[in-house]
Parts: sequence; structure tokens; C-alpha cells
Amino acid sequence: MLDLIIKENKQLSDQYSLLILTSPVKLPEILPGQFAEVRVDNSPTTFLRRPISINYVNYATNELWLLIQKVGDGTRKLCELKTGDVCNLVFPLGNSFTLPADKKSQVLLVGGGVGIAPLLFWGSYLNEHGYACNFLLGGRSKSNLLQISEFERFGNVFTTTENGSYGERGFVTQHSCLNDSNFDYIYACGPTPMMKAVAAYAARIKANCEVSLENTMACGIGACLCCVTDTTEGHLCVCTEGPIFNITKLKWQI
Amino acid sequence: MANLNINIGKLQLKNPVMTASGTFGYGPEFSDFMDLSRIGGIFVKGTTLRERQGNPYPRMAETPSGMLNAVGLQNKGTEYFINHIYPNVNSIDTNILVNLSGSTIEDYVEAARMLNELEKIPGIELNISCPNVKEGGMAFGTSCSSAAKVVKAVRTVYKKELIVKLSPNVTDISEIALAVEAEGADSVSLINTLLGMAIDSEKRKPILSTVTGGLSGPAVKPIALRMVWQVAQAVKIPVIGLGGIMNAGDAIEFILAGASAIQIGTANFIDPTVSITVVDGINDYLDRHGFQSVSDIIGALEV
Repeated sequence: MLDLIIKENKQLSDQYSLLILTSPVKLPEILPGQFAEVRVDNSPTTFLRRPISINYVNYATNELWLLIQKVGDGTRKLCELKTGDVCNLVFPLGNSFTLPADKKSQVLLVGGGVGIAPLLFWGSYLNEHGYACNFLLGGRSKSNLLQISEFERFGNVFTTTENGSYGERGFVTQHSCLNDSNFDYIYACGPTPMMKAVAAYAARIKANCEVSLENTMACGIGACLCCVTDTTEGHLCVCTEGPIFNITKLKWQI
Repeated sequence: MANLNINIGKLQLKNPVMTASGTFGYGPEFSDFMDLSRIGGIFVKGTTLRERQGNPYPRMAETPSGMLNAVGLQNKGTEYFINHIYPNVNSIDTNILVNLSGSTIEDYVEAARMLNELEKIPGIELNISCPNVKEGGMAFGTSCSSAAKVVKAVRTVYKKELIVKLSPNVTDISEIALAVEAEGADSVSLINTLLGMAIDSEKRKPILSTVTGGLSGPAVKPIALRMVWQVAQAVKIPVIGLGGIMNAGDAIEFILAGASAIQIGTANFIDPTVSITVVDGINDYLDRHGFQSVSDIIGALEV
């Protein structure tokens, strides 16, 4: 548990904020896919911490990024934090994405909406470790496509919007890049229907596929057993056994 | 530095602060955050004779100043606890207490018999108040006769501290407390969660997979405090108070109302180190008011 300081709150749109946090002490080692339980102060209607994916870590500047969508009172309050404010985090929590076995692997990271958050950190990590990345990012409209220029630093970026305002029109699973490539490893984070569609595609082309789940949580450390998902090993906590699961372990009807 | 030692029947506590079942795992989950030996005891996750998968997701709904849960006693069973968890927790320098639930009296008795053999488990908390399982649990805790029956049966096989955890979902909690005291309970703990529900009006659906669930957190504190006060006046055995305790001030209120010790539950989810803060805060309170010992303020409410 650590008090971090807001270095900057970049309002990406009326719906999203990128919180850039820093710490008086050196940040611990954080793995891509892990998350933080963020305490929400001064919100009378918010009782529990909010589990938020770690969007990016820069050890050189001791910065940690959280990309937050305003969904309810808690996230709205977090999006109002100002430079210099204290933000209390329990982190890093959960497991992480698994590196592909081979550096020649064809790797695709698929994100939908705010679900792109952990993929930026994962893409930077893959890039740093010598893997070529492809990103397929989708949103309802152009205003839901986030951090495109950040992603472009780490690989090829393909985009879709449902209304066609940017990139190809449709869902991520309808993008033409899926027709003429043969991906070995697919990583997805976004709305559950999107992840299930990506999982079905991955199963069809026999790609290894990991998804990041975001079940509602209370504790984040495996104590309350509220956030479970049904797996081949029974009910497992998304907070400690996940949030990253290989689709072969999940009991999804795909 | 005041004396924080307290005895609950046969249990010796270094301080009156314990963590509530279902909110603290088995203890090691919190060892990255705090020194487990600093608290008076840990009530481990609700255990049943046989493995239970618990209820389907969603199991949790955040509510004003609290939360509903419908976990449904997910655990791997008593034998698994004995063989795989007990060896990892029996060296923790505090009281490790097992919260035991069952769907039949025979199940309670068999599990209690097995737990009685564990040298480093000084007591069990008989859960006759879980609102989230169809059979058993709360069914035993909401009538005097069934509560008495299960306590009487377990008492014949369990020789160490027998704590009975009471349900608030009753008309008169004192009657149930008296019934379990009469059958040999060494102490009572209260309250378990209050039965509640939450609805997603946009979807016109309940939020929990089980429709109803157990409410905890500061929202329930005034009710818990009232019930602890009533029960402490009714029984002679020690009372352990819980329900929405978030800080030392809350804990002291329960002790003044008659609790000899307290448990911290839902607050562990928001601050995993809160139990230690509460220990320190109780000590500060005693020093500030010139009390030598925490036992000086048990039931010291001036009405």
C-alpha cells in the first residue's frame, strides 16, 4: 500500500482521464497485466477501492499511468484528481500476461474502449524484449479510441470504430487484418462480448489466447472471494489467479 | 501503554482486535501488508465438512456505506484445511480460529471433531448465521431450538473454546444468545451480515446471482452495536462484537456496549492494515482517558 502523488491528470476527453502518478519512493517492479486497487477519497457514495489496470510504467521517471473511464461516482472522483493530490494504491496485484515462446511469433494485442489500458504496458514490454507487435484497437467512435500515438511507438496499429468515424467500420473482429495474417499469440482486453469474439477467432485459427477479466472486486488480494470466474479448476479469484486467463482455462461458450 | 490483554473464556488474546471470517482469507494473504502477530486473533474463511464451490458470479454489490456479498461459503473442506492450510498457519503467533458451517448437524459435529484435534487451533466459531447458502447456515441460527440443538451436539465433541456466531436476521437476538449459552457455548460473536438485496434498474435484474445477499460495512454498525448491547446484558458469557467497524473509535463503541473483543471485517478490504491501526488506536484511547486496562471499559457505557 503506497501513497502516490498525481503528477498530471490529462483529460483525454469528457469520458477519460490519464492519471500520471509518481512516488517519493522507487516504484516496485510491476508486470504487464497487473492492476492496482485505488482508494477513492471524498466520495460519499463510494465505499470500496476501484480495481484499475496499470496502463504504463516508466521506471526512469518513476511514473505509473492509470487510464480511467468515468463509469460511476468512484471513477468520476478519480478523474477529478489534480496535480499534487495524494492517491492511495494497493499494488501491484494479480498475475501478468505470458511472453510468447518464440520471438518470431506473430503477436496481436486486441483492445476495446478503456480495455486498451493494460495493452500499452504489455506492448511496450514486448517491444523492449524484441517481439514485433500488432495492435488492433476498437471503439464505438473516434472519441473512444485512446492513446493511438502511444501504441504506434511499439508496433503496427489497426483500428475500428462502430460508426466508421476512424479506421475500419465495425467491430475489432471484423477488421481486415485478421483475414490475411496468421497470428500465433493473441492478447485481449475489453468488454466481455468483444473478448469472447476474439477468443472464438483465436480458437478457430488455433492461436494461443489470453484475456484480461475485470470482474467486480472488493479486496483485490484473494480474501473475499467475490470476483470469481468459472474455470476448468472451479471458481477462481480474478484478483489473484487472474486477471489474465488463458481462454482454454475459462468455461466460455465460444 | 495500557494493558490490552483480554481473555474470552479459554482464549487468551494479546489484544481485543481480531479479523472476521471471510474478510481475511487464512491470514497469509495479508502478511505482505502487516505483522499478523500484532493482532489478537484471525477467524479464517468459513469452512464446511466437504468442499463447496460457492455461488455463481456476481457475488458482490457495493451499496451505500457497505456491500452485499453472496459468496456462499466457497472452501475446500475440513480435510483440505487440516492437511494443506493448517500447516501454513499454525506458526502464526496469534489465535487462529476456524469458522465452521454446515448443512446438517452431523456435518457440524464431524468437522468439529476433526478440528478439536488441531493443537494450534484454540477455538472454533460456529457459523449458524450465513445468509447465503440454501440449506443450513442461517436456518440453524434463526430459531432457538435449532440453534440449541446444533450447539449441544457440537459441544459433546468440541472441548476447546466454542464461539457461536449469531444472525441478526431474527426478531430477538438475545433469546438465541441465551439458548446457545444454555447448551454450553463459551462465547458468542455478533453480528453476521444482514440479509439484503440490490437491483440494477436499467437491466431490471438483481445484481447478485442469488438475488439476496449479506450486508456488511459501516451501514450495519448501528444495528450491530444495538444487538451487542442487548446480548451483553442478557448473557453471562463473553460477547465478541462485529459489524461495520472501520476504526478504533468504532471498536471502542462496541467494547463500551459490552463486547470483550471485536472483529474487523469489511474494513480489511479497503485498508489491509486497518486492524493494526485499531490496536494502536485502542491503546491511545485508554492512555488518553487514564484507563490501565482494556478490561476497564468493557460494558462501561453510562446509560
